[in-house]
Parts: sequence; C-alpha cells; structure tokens
Amino acid sequence: MILPTISGSPHVHGEQSIQKIMFGVVIALVPAFFVSIYFFGFDALKLVVVSIAACLLFEYLIQKYLIKGVVTINDGSAVVTGLLLAFNVPSNLPVWIMIVGAFVAIGIAKMSYGGIGKNIFNPALVGRVFLLLSFPVQMTSWPVAKPLFAEKLTDAITGPTPLGILKEGLDEGRTISELTSELPTYVTELLGQHGGSLGEVSAIALLLGAFYLFYRRIISWHIPATYLGTVVVFSGILWLINPGIYINPLFHLVTGGMMLGVFFMATDMVSSPMSAKGMLVFGFGAGLITMLIRVWGAYPEGVSFAILIMNAFTPLINKGFKPKRFGEILKT
Amino acid sequence: MLKTFKLGGIHPEEIKLSSDQPIDVLPVPKKVFIPVSQNLGAPSKVLVKKGDIVKAGQLIAKGEAFISSNLHSSVSGTVMKVDKVIDTSGYKREAIVIDVDGDEWDNTIDRSEQIKRDCPLSAKEIIEKLKEMGIVGLGGATFPSHVKLMVPDGKKADLLIINGVECEPYLTSDHRVMMEKGEEIMIGTTILMKGLGVKKAIIGIENNKKDAITYLTDLADKFEGTKVQTLKVKYPQGGEKQLIKALTNREVPSGKLPIEVGCVVNNVGTALAVYEAVQKNKPLFERVVTVTGKSVNKPANFLVRVGTPISELIDQAGGLPQDTGKIISGGPMMGKALVSLDTPVVKGTSGILLMTDRESKRVVVQTCIRCGKCITVCPMGLEPYLLSNLIQHEELEDAEKEGIMDCMECGSCQYTCPSGRPLLDYIRVGKNRVGQMIRNRGKK
Repeated sequence: MILPTISGSPHVHGEQSIQKIMFGVVIALVPAFFVSIYFFGFDALKLVVVSIAACLLFEYLIQKYLIKGVVTINDGSAVVTGLLLAFNVPSNLPVWIMIVGAFVAIGIAKMSYGGIGKNIFNPALVGRVFLLLSFPVQMTSWPVAKPLFAEKLTDAITGPTPLGILKEGLDEGRTISELTSELPTYVTELLGQHGGSLGEVSAIALLLGAFYLFYRRIISWHIPATYLGTVVVFSGILWLINPGIYINPLFHLVTGGMMLGVFFMATDMVSSPMSAKGMLVFGFGAGLITMLIRVWGAYPEGVSFAILIMNAFTPLINKGFKPKRFGEILKT
Repeated sequence: MLKTFKLGGIHPEEIKLSSDQPIDVLPVPKKVFIPVSQNLGAPSKVLVKKGDIVKAGQLIAKGEAFISSNLHSSVSGTVMKVDKVIDTSGYKREAIVIDVDGDEWDNTIDRSEQIKRDCPLSAKEIIEKLKEMGIVGLGGATFPSHVKLMVPDGKKADLLIINGVECEPYLTSDHRVMMEKGEEIMIGTTILMKGLGVKKAIIGIENNKKDAITYLTDLADKFEGTKVQTLKVKYPQGGEKQLIKALTNREVPSGKLPIEVGCVVNNVGTALAVYEAVQKNKPLFERVVTVTGKSVNKPANFLVRVGTPISELIDQAGGLPQDTGKIISGGPMMGKALVSLDTPVVKGTSGILLMTDRESKRVVVQTCIRCGKCITVCPMGLEPYLLSNLIQHEELEDAEKEGIMDCMECGSCQYTCPSGRPLLDYIRVGKNRVGQMIRNRGKK
C-alpha cells in the first residue's frame, strides 16, 4: 500500500447491479420461451433471436454514431426489451416488421429519451403498440398453437385468441354460455395451447418466472397484487351482476397478455413509480384501465394500453405519493 | 417474531471475524497523541503545557462549554508539546503529545478487580461524576454522557435503553465487552437509571450475539427493572431512533431528540465506562477497539489507551497486510476512511477495519434506473435518489423540504443501489450546505 484510498462511507456495496437485474429478468422469461418454442416452433425462436439482435444493434448504432457516447449494450436492458417485444407479437410476424418494432422500441421509446433509466414508457410496449396500429392485420393473425412433433390436427393455420372469441361473440349478441364451447378450457389456457402472442400464452410458465423475480427480489408485490386484485374485483362484480354477458375473473387472469404484462412489464423499474404507495396506485390504475378496455373498449385486449397510460402518470404519481417519513410531524 | 424497526433497513454480510477473540490488553505505546476535540460539541480547553509531568487519569483538558467534556491523560509521562496532528477527520487538529514513562496511575483510581455494586451517590452527584470523568457516548457519536442525563425542563424520561446492537459488520468490541464485563455493564446501567430517574431499562441485543443475550439475560434477573430484549438482525438497528422504535414502538419526531418520547439511549461500552467512573473513580482514557479485516492476520479486540496510534494496534494484530487499500475507523457502513497510520485512537473509535485493495474500489457508476430500492431501504422514509438529484442541481430549499436533514448517513441507499450511485456522497454534501443555509436564516 502506497497511499490508502479515501472515500466516504459506506465502504461496502450490496453487489446488486443493473446487469444482474436484467439477466435475472431474462432467466425468469426462459420457461415461457420454452413453452413458446413448444407451441409455435422455429418461428418463435427466429423472432426472439431477431428481436434481441435488432434491439442490441440499434442501441449500439445510436450510442456509437448518433450520441457518440458510452455504449452500454452489455447492461442487458436491450436484451430484455428485445425479448419482451418478441413475446408480444404473433409468431408468424414477418421478420422485417419485427425489426421495425425493435427500431421503434429502442430508437424512439428508449434512446430518444436518453437511454436506460430516462425513458417514460416501457420500450417493448411502445414497440408493440406501434406495430399493432401500423400493421393491424399481421399483428392480429394468431397462429394456432400446436405442440412440437404433434400431428397436424386441423388445416387451420391461424385462429382467434380467447379474448378475441369473447369480444366478437359478445358483439354479435351471443351469451357467455353459448361461447363456452368455442373457448379453450382453463387447463389449456394455463398451459398455453391457445392463440396469442408468442410469449404470453402460458400463464403457468410466466408465473414460474414471476416467482423467480420475487425470489431474487427484482420485483415487489405491490404492482402485481393491486393490478391482479383490481382485475379480479372489477370483473368479479360484473360477473356477479350478469354472468350471461360478463365472463368470470379467472378467464381474465389467464388470457391475453395479463400474466406477461402484470409481472414483467407493469413492474418495469424505469417506467413504474418508485415508492410502495405509488406502486399500489399504479397497479390499481393499470388494472382498472385494462378491464375498461377489455369489457367496453374497441380492442379485445387492454394490458399494453393500460400499462402505457399508467407509465404516463408515473412522474405525477412519484410526486404525489411519497413514502411515509420516519417521525414525520403531522400538521395539525 | 423478533422485534425490529419497520421502515427500511438492509442485511449486509456480517463478517464478525473477531467475535470469539477475548479482549487483549494492548501494551502502552511509547508516545500518545490525545486530540483535544474528542466529543460532540465544543473542544476541551488544554490545561497542561510542555514539560508537565502527568499520570494516567490526570485531567489534562477541561470541557467548559455546556456540550463538552473533560479529557484525561491515558498514560504517565511528560507532555512534549501541544501540536497539530491528523485525526480521524483527516484534518490536522490540536492534540496533546505525551512521551510515555512507565505506567503510573492517578492514585484515586481503584484498580482492584473487585466488583462494587452499591452506588451511594444521588442523581445529581452521578451526573457531576460523569462530567468530571469525561464520559462520552462510546457508540461513535461521542455525545457527553452527563448532558444526556440532564432532562430538559418540561420533558420526562421513563426508559433507559442500553444499546448492545452492534449492527455494523465486522465490529465486535461491544460484543466482547458484553461477554467479559457483563456485571459491570449491568451496574453501570443501574447507575444511569438512577442518574436519569427512571425505573426501567432495556438492553437491546441483536440475535447474532446469542451468547451475550443468554449471559446478560441471566444477569438482568439480579438487577431490578432491567431486562434484555433480543432483536432481529437488521442494519441500522443501532441507530438511536431505530432502536427506540424497535424496542418501544415510539417514534422520535423529525429533528428531535429521543427524550421527546421519554427515552435515553446509551451504548453498552458507555455503561461500562459509567461503572468505572462512578464506582472505581476511573476517568475515560481507554476503550475496547476491534482490529479486523479479511486480510488481517489475527483479528482481535484490544483494550487501548486513548491517543495510541492505530499502527500499534495493527502491529499487534499481525501487521499491516500487503494488500491493504483502505483503513477505516469504525465499521464498513458508517466508518471513516483514514489518511494516516499515525491517526490516534480516540474515545469514539470502536474499530479499525483494513480493507483489501480490491474491496476498496467502488463499483462503476451507472445511470439511475429508478428502481426505487433506495426508498425501500431508507430507514428514515426518505427518497435518496431525489435528494441526490436535488443536491446535484443545488436545489437546497427543496432538499430541506424533502427531509435531507433527517438523514443519519447510514449508507443503506448507496449500499443497495444497483447502479452504484454515490447517493450518500451527494446527500452528505447536501446536509452540510442545507445546514449552513438554515443557520444563516437564523441570523437574519
């Protein structure tokens, strides 16, 4: 030792890092990824690889040649964005559309705000919604999920999602009981053998990943609990009022992007509130908007929109819902 | 469920390397450097001059201000000079330099091993005695103990809390003191109770010191009004406000002292010093210091004279490891990095921690990803990310509104931050500047 290091306390660090958090999320998405390959085959693998590669490439190019700053593609955040974006599209999406989505997610939603930590909206969701509005046909033709190596059962290549069946049926004036035969059973919904975006189909696989996120303390219970709670209460009340036209809460929980959105996108650190109180408000708002869209909106699914809308409120929520201070003197 | 405080907190790795090492008496050094400012508050006024012959325990500097304390020689010998010496703060400050000659103690000090239990002094006399003996809080803040016992008008104390938490990683001096000086601590506790005029005392100890809990719980049965409370291991439970919350569920209001909720908190080491001062007439001039670190040959707990250069302690613990990168006075969470091996041990030195070169390096700073972990762990319910941003932008008024002065600098936020942001660095600077702003406001 020549000269001792002088620095302020603390002199130890908890060894948590952005990289560890991001790759924790990647690990948590692995089960859903395998299910996706099982049901959608090579297409799923192809889109995931393309999406991640495109996100990394765009981030690299923008940081290197436009911003001319430090390149931070190793932090894993672009990998997570790429993975989540791919999980949010149908498995038969043309590759070039996937690349457009990656460009919007990274270029517009992330880098134009200043990169990691600065973006207001969840980049993967911005990418997804951009694609949904720009390529409505390609983004809503859902390949039929069929297990790997299984024999071809039908000639159908694409089919509707459970939420799509429901919305369309109800719009035609049919009742829930009439539609039940067309809807997949809860078991297949939990496992994932139904139409949907490539990573969102299996509620079980996503729950498994969510447990891992809780275990690693990457996410806290606040947003998922209030989000799911609001969905259950909202849909439960409607269901009790008129089960003929309102489907039960369980259906809402296991279909569409609910599990993927609640555990992996609503909980995105950058775009969700920072205090526990704020997270509760965020979860409640997202749950409410999701249900409003699903029940009375034009789209069958509302998770992406709900989260994006709440993202926009996040700065206000951060200002309005502060943590309780220790020894706070209450104004009388 | 074990008791603990509710808001925030972290679990750093404990690494208590020296918890089984008995307290070892460090040989008296050849020379001591006794800084004149060893307590929170005003420095003491020097009473000796060059050439004076002093004995161990002799008054050498007097605390004259209300919040100040007496200082005694820790050795016998000749005063060489009153000089500027680098102390724990890293700055050169006034210190009395004494050349050691033998080890003669002031003859009023009772050096026998015999334990003296009964204390005939009145509350007022106890307070006077603590002032005379230069007792300060040994937990680190070094607040003069006699001032703590003087309850301000209109306030009432009903509970004495003895802090045996030692929540800093590595440090074991309090643990060893509890194991080896248990009875003295208990008597010191009853003396403090008497001085404060309370009937109840709780000794709070974290669950990672089970032997101390068992030992002191047995002892507490023999002392009326005292009891030991086991606490869940959680940093920073040794913080005064957190400890009061954990033990009594009372919450000290922002900007106020513990007496506001009827509590006074003292460290176990202080309780021992109180015993020695009142029962043995021994001024505070030595204390137990842990010397530790992953590369340290023989992590140890030493009984050290105040003013001993830390190099002497390190030599006794097996020498300075080759790979030492940082020398810390105190624990890794709140300790201060020292600039020199000649830094003298003072009343507030609880440990010397040697960190390796690798451990000394901070992680690379990345952008805040707004994960909110700093908010989750802040034991004061603050928003460290926000405070550090406000200070970077010099928004002092806003930082004050956001409670920056409530921060006790426990470091939980910076420890936890996945982006490795130097949150506490900014907040510390901010506290200085906001404090200055508040003081200036008072002047107008």
